[in-house]
Amino acid sequence: MDAFRSHRGTLATLNRANVDTDQIIPKQFLKSIARTGFGPHLFHDWRYRADGSPNPEFPLNAERYRGASILVARNNFGCGSSREHAVWAVLQDGFRVVLAPWEERGGVRVPAFADIFRSNAGKNALLTVELSAPEIEEIFQLVDRFPGLEATVDLDHQRVTVHLPEEVSFHFEIEPAVKERLIHGLDDIGLTLKRDAAIAAFEARHDPQLARATTR
Amino acid sequence: MSQTLFEKIWARHVVETLPDGTALLYIDRHLVHEVTSPQAFEGLRLAGRRVRRPDLTFATMDHNVPTDDRQVIRDPISAAQIEALARNCREFGITLYDLHSDRQGIVHIIGPELGLTLPGTTVVCGDSHTSTHGAFGTLAFGIGTSEVEHVLATQCLPQRRPKTFKVEFANRPKHPVSAKDLILKLIGTIGTAGGTGYVLEYAGEAIRALSMEGRMTICNMSIEAGARAGLVAPDETTFQYLAARPRPFAPQGAVFDQAVASWKRLSSEPDAQFDRSLTIDAAQVAPQVTWGTNPGMVVDVTGRVPEPGSVPGYGRADVEQALAYMGLTPGTPMTSVKVDTVFIGSCTNARIEDLRIAAGVLKGRKVAPGVRVLVVPGSQQVRAQAEAERLDAVFQEAGCDWRQSGCSMCLGMNPDQLKPGERCASTSNRNFEGRQGKGGRTHLVSPEMAAAAAVAGHFVDVRTWAAN
Repeated sequence: MDAFRSHRGTLATLNRANVDTDQIIPKQFLKSIARTGFGPHLFHDWRYRADGSPNPEFPLNAERYRGASILVARNNFGCGSSREHAVWAVLQDGFRVVLAPWEERGGVRVPAFADIFRSNAGKNALLTVELSAPEIEEIFQLVDRFPGLEATVDLDHQRVTVHLPEEVSFHFEIEPAVKERLIHGLDDIGLTLKRDAAIAAFEARHDPQLARATTR
Repeated sequence: MSQTLFEKIWARHVVETLPDGTALLYIDRHLVHEVTSPQAFEGLRLAGRRVRRPDLTFATMDHNVPTDDRQVIRDPISAAQIEALARNCREFGITLYDLHSDRQGIVHIIGPELGLTLPGTTVVCGDSHTSTHGAFGTLAFGIGTSEVEHVLATQCLPQRRPKTFKVEFANRPKHPVSAKDLILKLIGTIGTAGGTGYVLEYAGEAIRALSMEGRMTICNMSIEAGARAGLVAPDETTFQYLAARPRPFAPQGAVFDQAVASWKRLSSEPDAQFDRSLTIDAAQVAPQVTWGTNPGMVVDVTGRVPEPGSVPGYGRADVEQALAYMGLTPGTPMTSVKVDTVFIGSCTNARIEDLRIAAGVLKGRKVAPGVRVLVVPGSQQVRAQAEAERLDAVFQEAGCDWRQSGCSMCLGMNPDQLKPGERCASTSNRNFEGRQGKGGRTHLVSPEMAAAAAVAGHFVDVRTWAAN
């Protein structure tokens, strides 16, 4: 896997909550047996009109976001289907980072990203960064006021820095295991294969049909 | 400490705890379909890796398959994907239930039919609706393609332990309120991200009273509440279901009896602690209909299309966008919303019981003029059973289209799609924009409600029919 340490790029905002993976990459593009070619179809049904021309009403088509590589989204980004094609599409359209807010509802913390999307992103070096709702709101407003606004996302220091005349920084939390793998670009499968002896020992004592210790 | 059902299954499957604190979890069954697997097999080839346990890996094609003439796949890209799965299964020695097999069907429907889904085991599949299998007390969750490759290569997955969430459905729902209404009610209550990071355990009198089919419907839609997995503790209903038909991969004879003895210990201890819990009174739940573009946007059938700004958990703009897409005006009674299409199918509601219920509503009635009704059994086994019971005749006499098995119009990867602006009463699981076809408008309902909408041409409170 590619490593992720730090990335500086232009911010683009998508002001919709609960963006599902059917919107990120519609089903007609899931028939490919390749891992590439999804970038042009990111947000396809929002991005293009029926005749295939860019939809001027879709915010990410705006000139000011050309070349943007940090997507700022709303809560519950990537919900729905497990399709990893959604992560591939985000990456292949040039994004390296997605920022989204966790929210508190009825005393419960609602995570910024859907579970499977977040997991898939981690396997592909697409960094998902969770900030608080007021922090994401502040970034939305800054992007609105300053076209072409850039930020640096520094995974080592777990910090997002927005490059205004005076820099504004936000700290973020990340699972240590995910951070470690991203920074070193580790091959997950390779790591598990190194545990072969432990897996074989487990298999010798585990009956997968009944999921219990074997009596052999 | 007293364990929850989830903790018992988890503990049995931890190969080891890794230095970073995640668990290496053993996978007992890996189900594979054509859409999320080709890149995983390609990854194995590129790295020179083999499938560690082809004997624990089972495949079928379901997403792309035509439901009319299944021997002729007109879309060459779909055909290529289906052929790729067949090739990969041959190359890596994996059992495949292909389009010629009488065991083919939607992956989450054939798993339980084959006896692959068993209490206390772990099941994964590159499909978010893998949560379905949790109905058997199976820890089952959807994974992405990188994880599919990981399981193929190692039969394990490094996983962070999720939190636990007990959802109790107290009392019994009032007929004909069904499992689908209960799960839609839950999603409407906690939102589509309310279960993110949790494994849900469904409990309470309503769950105990449900058939396995109903429990599968509930667990299936756990992911629509954000939860990767849902669980129901196995009981006599589960054991009878597993014993009732020949299930080639289920234990047989004396081994089955031994298995039942151990399965009976698979429940949460009375004093086990959950990270979160919630109780819903099932007796108070009305038939549900979604009005928006995610499954949390749902109301009682007696309700109205909501005003923007009045829906808890959704901002004004969210509701305005959803209503604009759905072509609905605030204040409209749900029962006056007309439908063009009815889809009875999907891994949520295409098991035999679902078809019996829909047929019960349609028997002796006719589909409203101009309404197209697709009835798509979840598997070839369900189809054969339905035909043995002459349900196909009931559907056809009512004016429905009786199809071959597959995912079909749940996501329209095959030719079964809505046209722009078409409105559909659907027994499936997602009402996302474009899900059933670009511009199509989906309302999620139970099989009872879908069949009644087919006859009336608009949504009806099916409770008023049941009383007649």
